[in-house]
Amino acid sequence: MTQRTTIDARGSFCPGPLMELIANLKLVEIGDEIEVLSTDEGSAKDIPAWVKKVKHEMVGIDQKGDVWHVVVRKMK
Amino acid sequence: MAKKILIVGGGLAGTIIANGLCRQLGKELRANEVTITVIGNDEQHMYQPGLLYVPFGRIREKELFRDQRSVLDRRIVFHIDPATKIDIAAKSVATESGNTFEYDYLVLATGSRLRPDTIPGMSEGAHWFYDLEGARKMREALDEFDGGKIIVNVNAPHKCPVAPLEITFMLRDYLQSRGVWDKTEIIYTYPIGRLHALEPVANWAQPEFDKAGIKYETFFNTKSVDAEKKIISSEEESDLEYDMLVTIPPHHGAAVISDSGLGAGGWVPTDRETLLHNGTDNIFVCGDTTNIPISKAGSTAHFEADTIIDNLASLVTEGRMARKYDGKVFCFIETGMDEGTYVWFNYQTPPNPGPPSQMVHWFKLAYNRLYWLSARGLL
Repeated sequence: MTQRTTIDARGSFCPGPLMELIANLKLVEIGDEIEVLSTDEGSAKDIPAWVKKVKHEMVGIDQKGDVWHVVVRKMK
Repeated sequence: MAKKILIVGGGLAGTIIANGLCRQLGKELRANEVTITVIGNDEQHMYQPGLLYVPFGRIREKELFRDQRSVLDRRIVFHIDPATKIDIAAKSVATESGNTFEYDYLVLATGSRLRPDTIPGMSEGAHWFYDLEGARKMREALDEFDGGKIIVNVNAPHKCPVAPLEITFMLRDYLQSRGVWDKTEIIYTYPIGRLHALEPVANWAQPEFDKAGIKYETFFNTKSVDAEKKIISSEEESDLEYDMLVTIPPHHGAAVISDSGLGAGGWVPTDRETLLHNGTDNIFVCGDTTNIPISKAGSTAHFEADTIIDNLASLVTEGRMARKYDGKVFCFIETGMDEGTYVWFNYQTPPNPGPPSQMVHWFKLAYNRLYWLSARGLL
């Protein structure tokens, strides 16, 4: 069954939302999803760009107030 | 009945908290109303940031160590007896020797560990300086290095986030001083799309790299290392040849954390302001051990430790929490063998590193000695 983990990376300057996503993807199973909460506008571009490059899957990006919710599925 | 405070981990975080609690709970300790116990893994306390200097012969190994007992306040009960199972329902911690320690308040400061073994070929094909054995091997390899391609490879997650930049700048200065820089090419690889997680640091480092002739490849997450062919490959489908590979291996938390079901990868789910393990009111988590998306660095552990000392002492004496952790991190950055800068930030304040200077470099060298006062809770 697909699990979803949430990373609350709001206000995280270092290591930042994308680095947190990369680290956490190593801890979940293929098919699982990770939701990253970020207040860094760059995450809305950086994360999809990297996800496409390594061939994981973007599930969705949603902006609620000043927080971006980026959901990624591990594919390999 | 005395309140039992149990600290698992005798590294920087556990040591500062134990000593700090002794200062704040002197009266309660004298009256036997509280006990402070530390369970550690080693007789020796190591100053980990000093490892950066080992490959270049710039620090003596004995300067990295003090006897752990001598660093701890004598009122602390200290056992060298690694924890094997933490049972938060039973409020107890089992250890390697077969002992069981009970607690009223628990502090988890079990730190992080290098896991090069999680990437095929990395243990065989790479050097690193994040532990003493690795730093010694890297020193030997550098002694014999007379030119070629060096790759400085960074993997997530890792502690001391500025160390990869520092080692790169120091390698340049070291190789220049040995007269082999002209025969050397350095390529620095980083997991995300810039040279450092902190954008202002990345923006500063990139022109410095360009000026020095240091090459770089971003979006590089190591998939495997072929130690025989000397090729490192990334998840992003890039292959790089090397003569010497210096890696910052991916880290995991302590095995006792994952073995006890307290957090995937050994990272404990922790509230970023109270530093309490989520869902508990008597278990604090400090330093690398937390899953908070913040730098895994000595200064992080130190500032978190100060918060935990205040809150734990306040809980014991007043039955209430004292204050929140504001996310403060401070890092020195060596920008070569003779200059340095620093950066600080918290949850609200973005980082803004200043120009490098000799003064900051000297202050970092001074702090390498002053650390022992920090560990004792005096600085």
